[in-house]
Amino acid sequence: MSHRADFPLLVRQPTLRYLDSAATAQKPAIVLDAVREFYETSYANPHRGAYALSGRATECYHDARSRVARFFGLRDAACLIFTRGTTESLNLVATAWGTHNIQRGDEIVVTRLEHHANFVPWQQLALARGAAFRIVELTPDGQVDLDHLRRVVTSRTKVVAVAHVSNALGTITPLAEIASVARAVGALVVVDGAQSAPHMAVDVDTLDIDFYAFSGHKMGAPTGIGGLIGRRAILETMSPYQMGGDMIELVGDDRTSWNVLPHKFEAGTPNVGGAVGLAAAAGYLTSIGMAEVRRHEQALTAVATERLASIPGVHVYGPDAAHRSGVVSFTVDGIHAHDLATILDQDGVCIRAGHHCAQPLLRRLGVGATARASFFVYNDRTDVDALVAGVRSAQALFHGAAA
Amino acid sequence: MGELRELYQSIILDHNRAPRNYGALPDANGHADGRNPLCGDEVTVWVKMDGERIADVRFVGGGCAISKASASLMTIAVKGKTATEVGTLADHFQAVVTGQVAAPAHTDPTLGRLATLSGVSQFPIRVKCATLAWHALRAAINSAPGTSAPGTSAPGTSAPLGAPPGQ
Repeated sequence: MSHRADFPLLVRQPTLRYLDSAATAQKPAIVLDAVREFYETSYANPHRGAYALSGRATECYHDARSRVARFFGLRDAACLIFTRGTTESLNLVATAWGTHNIQRGDEIVVTRLEHHANFVPWQQLALARGAAFRIVELTPDGQVDLDHLRRVVTSRTKVVAVAHVSNALGTITPLAEIASVARAVGALVVVDGAQSAPHMAVDVDTLDIDFYAFSGHKMGAPTGIGGLIGRRAILETMSPYQMGGDMIELVGDDRTSWNVLPHKFEAGTPNVGGAVGLAAAAGYLTSIGMAEVRRHEQALTAVATERLASIPGVHVYGPDAAHRSGVVSFTVDGIHAHDLATILDQDGVCIRAGHHCAQPLLRRLGVGATARASFFVYNDRTDVDALVAGVRSAQALFHGAAA
Repeated sequence: MGELRELYQSIILDHNRAPRNYGALPDANGHADGRNPLCGDEVTVWVKMDGERIADVRFVGGGCAISKASASLMTIAVKGKTATEVGTLADHFQAVVTGQVAAPAHTDPTLGRLATLSGVSQFPIRVKCATLAWHALRAAINSAPGTSAPGTSAPGTSAPLGAPPGQ
């Protein structure tokens, strides 16, 4: 069932059909309430004040970390670093780990599916360090070509960076297989979890990976909070990413020592309000159950895919519903995705149109832009109905009676 | 559907399906690319300047109906005009699609058929689509030897890097 009633924005705008959750999710009341409650009862700068209020803020921050770690199946909560989101998390790894570990002649492997945030930092790191940058291609239905991966990964490969779920196609990648190929040559596995964290159960301790990056705002948390989960042994060896504030232990005139994990990577005053909101969002999703979230979105995706694909002139990209998250990327003959988005918007249907920050992927698909509808817990069949009706009326507008 | 019909008038849909002056201009003496990085729209505009006057103009671009029709209508409107006249027309067009001046009647003598794009002013998100080709045109004129169109080019619009004037 849909959980629309939990989301104030959607309740206030009952005719809105919000189908852009892959870009960002709406916020449940429970998150907004938690953030407000925190600021009204417990707000001060954590880790600093020698007074009770600061102690409470510190406790809220610590508690939020524990709860978010538990959501991801992480026992060692100190290995969860709060960041601004996936992009910052991936840049942190590429910078703090990459610049000290990538040498000339090394190889960095990404896939054709990657969002720019898990593509460009590695591409630029490779350019800066004189390393090779390799792209694993896809099968015709938009899945990672594992045979190609096995050919691309060599003894010189130092890192394999891969999306858990593609933001543009919804493809769920086989992390276990990819990780085992990387492990065989001793390469690090860095996972962009921006599109998996909100939509399926993720148990990082059972995934054989080294880093998992995610964004809170796609899970129903406020913007500006997210995280990087890393293997302790690797995090311990890494130098800080930014300097100042909470990441400091002792500052001498000539040298400085770093705070322990996770603070070593959390420079400045932390985003406690954001962390509180993120913990509330994780709690909200847990209360529904991630298996139920996945089942709900998969059912909507299957219906939307089938109905869109049955319209003449509509082309749906990506794999079948079993290998796909709640993302449906499509094009309509003779109608650019932007025009389609404008036409749908007139009926209150919000979809994304463009390259979805995945230009290398769209170039390979041979399209400049796709329309993308994406689902979350508040969507239901009426949203799919509105989407399909909007596509048909766009065809009527552009092609006249032919549609 | 009222505002949509106003935006997607039959002239616009026609120019989207069958853009005029479409394709490269082999004897051009100026050209420039325009890009809208948000949506991936790209347009290249070629001009053949005869002194101050545009003797010929053509474009190539894959984008939405608004950007394609706007480029197509633009090429018709500016052929035979001087660089200075183009600058004035571009400013007026920009003011209309951004809603800075009231949307003119479709018989606006200054804009002519360009006025069919005035519906864009109701869709602020789409203004860039309508103006992309105009920014590229200004840059193309500026890249031709000895001519310049008054006004500034938008970011994302550039004459080819390192190309000597006239190539």
